[in-house]
Amino acid sequence: MNETEGYEELYARLQRIVERLEAGDLPLAEALALYEEGVATAATCQKLLDGAALRVRSLAGGLVPSVQDMETAS
Amino acid sequence: MQLLSVAQLNLYLRELLDTDDLLRDVWVDGEISNFSRHSSGHCYFTLKEGDAQIGAVMWKSVAARLATLPLNGEAVLAHGRVAFYEVRGQVQLYVDALRPAGIGVLQAQFERLKERLGAEGLFDLSRKRPLPALPRRIGVVTSPTGAALQDILNVLRRRYPLAEVVIAPCQVQGTGASDTVVEALYALYDAAVDVIIVARGGGAAEDLWAFNDERVARAVFASPVPVVSGVGHETDTTIIDFVADVRAPTPSAAAELVSPDVTELADDLALLRTRMTAAVTQRLADAHDAVTWLADRLELRSPENRIRRDRQQLDELLRRATVMLDRRIALAHARLDGERGRLHALSPLATLGRGYAVVRHVAGALVTDAADVAPDDRVEITVRQGTFYARVE
Repeated sequence: MNETEGYEELYARLQRIVERLEAGDLPLAEALALYEEGVATAATCQKLLDGAALRVRSLAGGLVPSVQDMETAS
Repeated sequence: MQLLSVAQLNLYLRELLDTDDLLRDVWVDGEISNFSRHSSGHCYFTLKEGDAQIGAVMWKSVAARLATLPLNGEAVLAHGRVAFYEVRGQVQLYVDALRPAGIGVLQAQFERLKERLGAEGLFDLSRKRPLPALPRRIGVVTSPTGAALQDILNVLRRRYPLAEVVIAPCQVQGTGASDTVVEALYALYDAAVDVIIVARGGGAAEDLWAFNDERVARAVFASPVPVVSGVGHETDTTIIDFVADVRAPTPSAAAELVSPDVTELADDLALLRTRMTAAVTQRLADAHDAVTWLADRLELRSPENRIRRDRQQLDELLRRATVMLDRRIALAHARLDGERGRLHALSPLATLGRGYAVVRHVAGALVTDAADVAPDDRVEITVRQGTFYARVE
């Protein structure tokens, strides 16, 4: 699993996995491997949801108050 | 050179003014003086600018549409047509709309720009794009120090902390503000964001003017990703609201529109997990059933089963044979008993019981004729109880 993958990609992948599993026409070994991947993907999604902290950056480096300043100001 | 009567001259002047395109539809910027409202309801006043002035008429129906009547000395924008009033030989402005200056000028510009851009197709509904369901990167064009930014960040932090927010700072009011908005937009177009919020907190109509700029409108129109406008309060409308893919009433509302709620995401995720587990459980159960079915079929055809079945058959045959045999033995016994009974009935012993005796030669042959014996022959006589010997005399 790619660490840089965002929640939306992971969630879309999970959706595809579930749909393929639900189709029910996969060889068992493949289905089980897919399930394993799905469990891992779901866990990563959950982790992202639980541990998410909004990342904020500004395009104009020194021209504006730094992100830190803005964070503490809020 | 011609000689004209006054009436002819005035008619000429009237027609001259009436056929001028500019004078038919004009905004005039000036200051009200000599304002008077006639008992008929029509209003008469003079528009002044320094030493210049022009008489103005505003019919009752126009005056009725105004929230308040203008005061002397007030700077206004008057819209209408300029015509020649022959009766008094005066050029007059026939006012059909009157607005306080400042707002008025801007408003007129706003309307013209809106009309032009609308005609050009910048507001077409067919162009509006749906917002991404799960934006990864959210661009925000706003003042880095404004309350709008904090409102947006608060909403995103609460609802959708998965996102990365890329702020493209700009000025949101004052000279040059529009240019900075355009620059900020284009900077975001290179920043690979999924959606853009253009925001500014509430303010006076003039304060929002940076967002009524044609270049800003065109920059938004050129956006490669959906744009949400959140400028001012609910009641404020700016050009950018028409060009944006989605118009939000406030900066906070814009942030809400671009962000799914994290608790809903968690619910969706849980549902997917349940479906996934159900699907794979079903798949396993199916596989198990298939194996069981095959195993059963295999078992039926196994050599062991064959032997077991043969043995069973053998046992059965043996059992049947035994039963058959037992039955025949019993039958034989029964028959024997019958015979024995009959035998008994015929037995000479019974006759002996009645006092008869059987006489036999010692050699064994029965003596049934007296001529068969000679004197001194030994004979064997059997009575009911025992046998004894005798000599014939």
